[in-house]
Amino acid sequence: MSAADTLEPDVPETNDPVLAIAKKDLTEALLYLDGVTVTFDGFRALNALSFTVDPGEMRAIIGPNGAGKTTMMDVITGKTRPDKGDVFFAGGTTDLTKLDETQIATLGIGRKFQKPTVFEMHTVIDNLRLALKGQRGALANIFKRETAAEREKIDEIFQTIKLNEHRDRLGGALSHGQKQWLEIGMLLAQDPKLLLVDEPVAGMTDAETAQTAELLREINANGHSVVVVEHDMTFVRDLGVRVMCLHEGSVLAEGTLDQVSANERVIEVYLGR
Amino acid sequence: MIFPGLLSRLGCVLLLALGLLAGTLMLPRAAFAQGAAPDISAPLAQFTTDKYDDTETALNALAVSGSPAAAGIVAALADGRLFYSPATKQVLIRTAAGGYVDAAGGQPVAEAPPGLKAVRVNNRIRRAVEAASGALALVSPDPAKRLEAAGAVMRARDEAALPALDAALAKEADAKVKSALTLARASILIGKAGVSDADRIAAIETVGEEGNQDALAVLRSVPADAAPAVKAAANAAIDGIEYNLAIWSVGQNVWYGVSLGSVLLLAAIGLAITFGVMGVINMAHGEMVMLGAYTTFVVQELIRTYNPALFDASLLIAIPIAFVFTGLIGILIERTVIRFLYGRALETLLATWGISLILQQAIRTMFGPTNREVGAPSWMSGAFELGQLSITYGRLWIIIFAMLVFVALLATLRLTRIGLEMRAVTQNRRMAASMGIRTNWVDAMTFGLGSGIAGIAGVALSQIDNVSPNLGQSYIIDSFLVVVFGGVGNLWGTLVGAMSLGIANKMLEPYAGAVLGKIALLVIVILFIQKRPRGLFALKGRAIET
Amino acid sequence: MSTATTTPPALLGKSGLVFLAVVLGAAVLVPLLNLLTAPDSALHVPTYVVSLLGKYLTYALLALSVDLIWGYVGILSLGQGAFFALGGYAMGMYLMRQIGPRGVYGDPVLPDFMVFLNWKELPWFWYGFDMFPFAALMVVLAPGILALVFGWFAFRSRVTGVYLSIITQAMTFALLLAFFRNDMGFGGNNGLTDFKDILGFNIQADGTRLTLFVLSAVALALGYVLCRFLVRSHFGKVLIAIRDAETRVRFTGYRAENYKVVAFVVSAMLAGVAGALYVPQVGIINPSEFSPANSIEIIVWVAVGGRGTLIGAALGAVLVNYAKTYFTSGMLAPYWLFMLGGLFVAVTLFLPKGIVGTFYDWRSRRSPAPADLEPADLAPADLAPPDKALPEPKPAE
Ligand SMILES: Nc1ncnc2c1ncn2[C@@H]1O[C@H](COP(=O)(O)OP(=O)(O)O)[C@@H](O)[C@H]1O
Ligand SMILES: [Mg+2]
Repeated sequence: MSAADTLEPDVPETNDPVLAIAKKDLTEALLYLDGVTVTFDGFRALNALSFTVDPGEMRAIIGPNGAGKTTMMDVITGKTRPDKGDVFFAGGTTDLTKLDETQIATLGIGRKFQKPTVFEMHTVIDNLRLALKGQRGALANIFKRETAAEREKIDEIFQTIKLNEHRDRLGGALSHGQKQWLEIGMLLAQDPKLLLVDEPVAGMTDAETAQTAELLREINANGHSVVVVEHDMTFVRDLGVRVMCLHEGSVLAEGTLDQVSANERVIEVYLGR
Repeated sequence: MIFPGLLSRLGCVLLLALGLLAGTLMLPRAAFAQGAAPDISAPLAQFTTDKYDDTETALNALAVSGSPAAAGIVAALADGRLFYSPATKQVLIRTAAGGYVDAAGGQPVAEAPPGLKAVRVNNRIRRAVEAASGALALVSPDPAKRLEAAGAVMRARDEAALPALDAALAKEADAKVKSALTLARASILIGKAGVSDADRIAAIETVGEEGNQDALAVLRSVPADAAPAVKAAANAAIDGIEYNLAIWSVGQNVWYGVSLGSVLLLAAIGLAITFGVMGVINMAHGEMVMLGAYTTFVVQELIRTYNPALFDASLLIAIPIAFVFTGLIGILIERTVIRFLYGRALETLLATWGISLILQQAIRTMFGPTNREVGAPSWMSGAFELGQLSITYGRLWIIIFAMLVFVALLATLRLTRIGLEMRAVTQNRRMAASMGIRTNWVDAMTFGLGSGIAGIAGVALSQIDNVSPNLGQSYIIDSFLVVVFGGVGNLWGTLVGAMSLGIANKMLEPYAGAVLGKIALLVIVILFIQKRPRGLFALKGRAIET
Repeated sequence: MSTATTTPPALLGKSGLVFLAVVLGAAVLVPLLNLLTAPDSALHVPTYVVSLLGKYLTYALLALSVDLIWGYVGILSLGQGAFFALGGYAMGMYLMRQIGPRGVYGDPVLPDFMVFLNWKELPWFWYGFDMFPFAALMVVLAPGILALVFGWFAFRSRVTGVYLSIITQAMTFALLLAFFRNDMGFGGNNGLTDFKDILGFNIQADGTRLTLFVLSAVALALGYVLCRFLVRSHFGKVLIAIRDAETRVRFTGYRAENYKVVAFVVSAMLAGVAGALYVPQVGIINPSEFSPANSIEIIVWVAVGGRGTLIGAALGAVLVNYAKTYFTSGMLAPYWLFMLGGLFVAVTLFLPKGIVGTFYDWRSRRSPAPADLEPADLAPADLAPPDKALPEPKPAE
């Protein structure tokens, strides 16, 4: 594979067992962060952050406010350039730090923002149409017509996000929770390999929270890798996946939710006693 | 009410600034001190003998006497207005009005003695008079006159003036005049026959050190048949001077650039508040400047009518009035229009453009469409030389004034309570409101402050631009460019932006001409914005992101 | 699958059809009234009025071009007048070359102003303008290429909001200064004028004037259909999305800058066509067309009529210019600027969606779902997608 070749210089051939493991992680991981550091005017938002996400994995990330969770997503999606460190995608074939937002999105990384952002002046269905995987070129899209397959796909998404009766309402007219779901629906329409979901249940009722957890599990079961940032512990528990706690820009603890919430340091900086 | 409180605080800062300004004005220009007047009774006595020889001797003595009266006496003799009384031996000068004054002291003589006789003049005396007046000018008590005389001698390169030059040089104390005299002497030596090559080269070096246009002319006149060594020395000196002049001309352009930069700064700094800090795309900003200029006009008219003696202070009087007047107009605009448009930046553009049309037309209706004459106080006119730079007082004052306004504004924002509140409101309106800051009031004050500053700028700009209803229009584009180039929301950015654009403009002008230079500058700014879409000093952090 | 809306909405809604009917109706009716009625009849439309109306129509097309980028992409260009003027100059150059030896100096090739400046040769950039097809091509190419280069640089560097507005203003100001220079070879201060004929027809003749009027109406109609087609295509939906949430669009995988450039170029070309139709009807093109104030005025037409409605832009242009003609010619002339200024203020304060936008609102309040009304057609004031121009303070996360 030629794409893999391009990577060789970054990971030198070696007998060192540590590096060998690193190399194995890299080629097997869907997402690979190593030593990522981001500073804003001297303030370290990310401090040598390293972790990997496997293909098909769902990962929950918790951590106090300002831990750097959103910044981490900014780095992965090309919004913020790291000062130091590597960010690779798809088994190390692609260096994300060299690409811009659009390129990264087309590679198959979708993102839901912390503050729900849908296209407020478009109808719900148009929001999905815009997100739907497919032609992105400006000139080509002047003459684009919707295909039957696309229509079907959109209907399918409507089933998933349960907004069918709102399809002709304006995105801006939806409630906060509905916008969150619409945004997840837009992610699904993009059909990304990896979904980055930032605080999806903020402002939701308990029932909605449970439904969202269900929705994400379903999405994950369909073969998408997911990284969820969330504060809501019930929600994280509902997800039932591997948890990582971020603090001051690096990983404090990693494991099952029970393991992480038993960790002394996590209790101290995040959960409280 | 807190409103007067704010004004008085702003007023304090401004008064301080004005005080500084006025204080500097009062500094006396360098005075030329003279010792006690030398006695000239002996030469005066010789005028009364009615002999040409005596008259000539008296003239020569007067020329080197150093007496302040000598020049007047020589001039009177040249015009045939010098008289003596054979009876009393008094020497008198007839004035233009027909009266007589005492030649030695200059006091008017109430009753001229009878039988006055004119001191007689022939060709020999006339030549002596000429030489004496040249020499006298070289030792005149007024340094400006001495400087002028030295210049005249240098340009004339009259060998006969050498002795007088030497005499004057020996006495000269003023460094500037002394160097002019030295230069004049060297210029004569360079062309004089019978001077040794060594002396000539020394003279060339002296002239070369002078490094100005005159020196260049003198050096270029080295005769073609001069010795090779002399010619080489002259060429070297010419190269040196030309290099020197090139540097000075860069300096002059920088000076013009700084001067233009401060005009831009004045024009833009109010906008840095209304646009940069508040986010209002204030197209009526130029009209605030225009209103300030018209305020100056009205103030001057009133002063002319009621108290012309105050004219020199007219600008100082106009400044606070313009500040308050345009500030109040700004507050009025904010309360009636702008406050409904916060968060809709591009819409403020339309509304304020409408306001600018209304203000222009209002002024046109009241004052007519033509230019109004705004006078310059005496301390704004004139110029002085600094090395090879020629510096006009008008430009100098505008630069100083722009800096004072900048500092005053910075201090207001940094050090006063209202400044703190302004920053709080622009950074986080809701938070500020919940902390008990009356955001409405702060908005009005901020807009008023920006407008008031624009009005002050108008006072200064009335001195260099035509005061017409269109005055504001000519500044609005430049002002926006300055603010955007410097970085929105950053006063220092505005300062640096104004200065760099001003200097760049003046540096481009000699190569491209005024219009092409301006076009080039616009293109440069457009390209620069591509590189740094948020200007030189971009605000950092999340607030600027969508 | 029960609720799938399958019928794609019609290209032109009811109001669009009414608009086209009015414009094309005028194209037929006005010449007929001019030709068939007696000069003293109440219904007679004198030729000078026809030209005046033709001028309004070119302004309407210009306003349409602004609305395409301002109303639908959020690009507030304060330099649209430059594209209009470039189109106008391209046409003016053709008309100059048609004068041939009939100029004051009688030079067969050189326009009068060049003879006056003692020029011996036609500058290279005047070559080809004696051929109408070439000139017509330049009418769209000159503004199009400028927009392409300018837009490509600006949008790629993500210059947005006020910053973009200011540099577009700087652009037209720079062009204003440049075209004022005699050395530029575009007639300097006086511009291009004294035209004689166009495609062999006397430019002063009534028939020519009527034809130009009809062409302007047709151009406006076509321009409207083109814009309408664009904004309702998938491309147009992306444009609106960019207007409201550009970052989101990028994260969805679209190259926002490419979309903006395409829209900007199309808009510039439309403006160029408008300028080209304007020049023969008013008989002159000079650098003042580049003046920044002109460009701002165009924005006002659009705001008055209703931003983001297309029809409103055209309507606003005609209304404001009619008012201008009406007031500046009478005894109210000194008050015109007061009125224009007051209009700007009043519209932004009391009619933020403009005439047509307000009308749409009123209609949709009466009957909730008008078939032809796309939500995206509404001026985005009530749901207020943030003006991305300036930092609107936002609460800490
Ligand atoms: N663009 C930025 N400029 C300055 N500081 C920033 C910026 N983005 C994030 N930060 C800072 O980085 C830290 C991490 O922020 P963030 O990633 O949003 O935390 P989290 O999402 O975990 O709450 C915070 O202290 C935040 O203030
Ligand atoms: Mg966050």
